[in-house]
Amino acid sequence: MADKKTITIAIMDAPYENARSTTALRLIDLAARRGYNINVFAYEGAVLQPFSGQTPHPNAVHGRNVEEENHFIPKDAIAALMREAERNGGKIDWVNCGLCVDERGAGAAIAGVRRGSPADLWQMAEASDNTLVIATR
Amino acid sequence: MKTLSIIESAYRATVEEQDDTIVWIHGAMKGAGAELAVLLRGNAVNYLVEAQNAGGLAFGDWEQTQPPRLASDLAALAAKGVEICYVAEDVAERGIERSELIAGVQPVAREAVAELVGRYERVWHW
Repeated sequence: MADKKTITIAIMDAPYENARSTTALRLIDLAARRGYNINVFAYEGAVLQPFSGQTPHPNAVHGRNVEEENHFIPKDAIAALMREAERNGGKIDWVNCGLCVDERGAGAAIAGVRRGSPADLWQMAEASDNTLVIATR
Repeated sequence: MKTLSIIESAYRATVEEQDDTIVWIHGAMKGAGAELAVLLRGNAVNYLVEAQNAGGLAFGDWEQTQPPRLASDLAALAAKGVEICYVAEDVAERGIERSELIAGVQPVAREAVAELVGRYERVWHW
């Protein structure tokens, strides 16, 4: 692809806290559909986004069992984004900040997530057409 | 590519982390060869106040021995070659005197921020 782009997105928010996380995934989705190479640097609470221990639950208030509820699970969304990127000739390189993982006990992550450091953010940004920081507020 | 980072979120989990994680990541990236400058704005300008002291946290028999030392962390970042500047009006509006700030940091007028941003190819807003 002649106009293949590489972008880097840095995120900081933990799952289920605010709409910034969903917005980040929406942006990644658009890039994945376009076949871009996408680097994600997950910092602080965002290392829990691909945490493999996430489990869907039923919702009695909604009156739905676990299958009917089909709850949004960030790790599954991220796995789907990785598949979407590959399907379109791109890839997602998801780096979890290692120290952030350690202090949260969040070492269990889905396949395709690797451990890294702030040096990875810098190197990914240097190799990208553009970088977007979506910081915690 | 030299990057300007605008740091605005302030005191987010600084007691837990024993630093500001955004200031910290810039120190780590600088160590990895990054070319960086930092503009503090909003409440984050208070990071430059030398006399702040977050020590003394204790729960039961547990005492925090390494509280965040934000002013010295900024000074250390400057010593590594990261240019540190701040929005002058944000300091004045909080009743902070320039004499209270760590040395080596530069004021930028609010109306000059756009021009400052224009000097960098990459700008990150934290």
